[in-house]
Amino acid sequence: MGTIETTVECTNLRKTYDGKVEAVRGLSLRIEAGECFGLLGPNGAGKTTTIEILEGLLAPTSGEVRIFGHTWDDNPRQLREWIGISLQETRLSEKLNVRETIELFASFYSEPRPAADILEELQLTEKSDAWVGKLSGGQKQRLAVATALVGNPRILFLDEPTTGLDPQSRRQLWDIVRTFQKKGGTVLLTTHYMDEAERLCDRLAIVDHGVIIAEGTPSDLIDRLGGHHMVEFQVNNSANDNENDSDSLDRWRSLPSVESVRRENSTVCLSVREPHLTIPALLDAVTNHGHQLEHLSTRQASLEDVFVKLTGRHLRED
Amino acid sequence: MATTETNAPQLDADKNRPSQHIPSARRNGRWSGYRHLLWARILELKREPEVVFWVFVFPLLLAAGLGIAFRNKPADITSVVVIDGAGAQKALAMLQNSAARSTVRATILGRDAALKAFHFGKFDLAIESNPDGSYTYYYDPARPESVLSRAEIDSALQSAAGRKDALATSSQSSSEPGSRYIDFLIPGLLGMNLMNSGMWGVGFALVEMRQRKLLKRFVATPMRRSDFLLALTSSRLVLMVVEVGLLLGFGVLVFHMRVQGSILSVILLGSLGAVAFGGVGLLTACRAQKIETVSGLINVVMMPMWIFSGVFFSYQRFPAITMPFIKALPLTALNDALRATILEGASLGSQSGRLLVLAVWGGVSFILALRWFRWT
Repeated sequence: MGTIETTVECTNLRKTYDGKVEAVRGLSLRIEAGECFGLLGPNGAGKTTTIEILEGLLAPTSGEVRIFGHTWDDNPRQLREWIGISLQETRLSEKLNVRETIELFASFYSEPRPAADILEELQLTEKSDAWVGKLSGGQKQRLAVATALVGNPRILFLDEPTTGLDPQSRRQLWDIVRTFQKKGGTVLLTTHYMDEAERLCDRLAIVDHGVIIAEGTPSDLIDRLGGHHMVEFQVNNSANDNENDSDSLDRWRSLPSVESVRRENSTVCLSVREPHLTIPALLDAVTNHGHQLEHLSTRQASLEDVFVKLTGRHLRED
Repeated sequence: MATTETNAPQLDADKNRPSQHIPSARRNGRWSGYRHLLWARILELKREPEVVFWVFVFPLLLAAGLGIAFRNKPADITSVVVIDGAGAQKALAMLQNSAARSTVRATILGRDAALKAFHFGKFDLAIESNPDGSYTYYYDPARPESVLSRAEIDSALQSAAGRKDALATSSQSSSEPGSRYIDFLIPGLLGMNLMNSGMWGVGFALVEMRQRKLLKRFVATPMRRSDFLLALTSSRLVLMVVEVGLLLGFGVLVFHMRVQGSILSVILLGSLGAVAFGGVGLLTACRAQKIETVSGLINVVMMPMWIFSGVFFSYQRFPAITMPFIKALPLTALNDALRATILEGASLGSQSGRLLVLAVWGGVSFILALRWFRWT
């Protein structure tokens, strides 16, 4: 059976709110068993609407969702047994303690994992008697994931799991996701952090304005930029003020090994295959035109660069 | 911990066949979710100091305050002031030697002070002696106790002055627990408390959970939605037993109230009331997204019942034309039924009309609430 490998599948999803706002505009994806799949995109791209349709919490305006080959109308209770969910924002009861909260969620599933195992795995054992209201942001988020894991799910849906967390808490959550995946679980997560998508996800779909604009492994997506390196610099343009912008961009594009060029404010960003060929030529070009180089840096290309190339905007506009 | 070790390999094996779920020995039974939801709700209520105050302490304070303010004064002492003058001492002596001396408290004051105190209601009657040996009573015909005291004092003075009764009479007092204001009040407070805590305990709690996205989180699990609503409503039953016990216990111990009907009937009535108002609370809260909205709605729903349902005073004071409307209110039915059971020992069977009113309110509300309920 070919369908055994596919855990989550949706075709041509559309969601229109109040007959006006089109949050999702024809989105299709397939998630294979055992992979960590990421929906990466800026706020308002339709990630949460998409994941909530897949979770069966929102009905799509049109399109079809299948999880293990079942639709949400077939057997919702059985599907709920198979999936674990962490919503973007849930404030669990503050007057219950951590263990009581996990045991409450465990009681809804027919074959839950023991609460003590979950506490141990999510490093919440020390906090098991603390009221939820007294937990830190990172601990609350780990508890939210704990309530998703306690049902022993095959698929974990995480909507912006690390938004607003400190770096250490984010790494803890990444470890939790990897552990779940190592045991054979499938993960679907949304994020607007490109580093999270790059480190955690086996495959990604970049979402913008309710559609997928690119899909593939993080390295595939970066490969499509053409170059794996970014060279960024600023020049003092005093010698030739009336040289127009596109002329200067053309000049940088003609440098050796350059794949593409873009300008952000006064910084020029070159996407480059082999920086050791580009940089000497760049320095010569700057000197020959009587410019002064004010800032020069090179770095590995990231998903952020992919997003900027595709949309002309940054993932986070703040 | 033995279960952990035996279960783990089995679950892992299961995971390798994601599309062929093989049911194994279930660890959680049908009612596990319901039991945990109920227990979580009770823990939350117990840990919420406001709940403890409003549900348990406040009704007792109200009962104590009103019970003391409206307690029946022992044998209605008549306070009389005698205006200082020639015959004042004589009048005082006559009153103190009369048969009415145990119920009359008389004082002598100067004319201005005496009349002023009388006008402020400190005395029921003022007596002034005239130069010719006769007496003048100052009384207020608008004050029943003033009218009463004029008759009483006049009779006492006349007897002391030598008047003989033409007809031999005797009196016997009759003041039984069961007919006092506190006896009327306690069942009314009980009904009001069941309404308050049902509306707030179910309605407010629900909207708060909706606002926190907790309802959405719950329906993302295999939890049965009916279990959730059932647990919320039945948590009210547990509280109800405590509420009834406290208020009735308080009435019996402090005000020597007598419960004529059976405790079982009172508990059954309380359960019906708690569930009916739980249903009304559910309906009130079935769509509201914000706690501000639901607070307003709850007050709008409860306001007519505070006024018309005979909590603090009998609704018979309202015009006869309003009676069908008043009697159709759930709190009126509950208060009437509680009073009949507690004060008169009426059986539940004899009150089927009132029980029906409660059941219809609760049932219809519950059905409508389920139909319109918003989980997200």
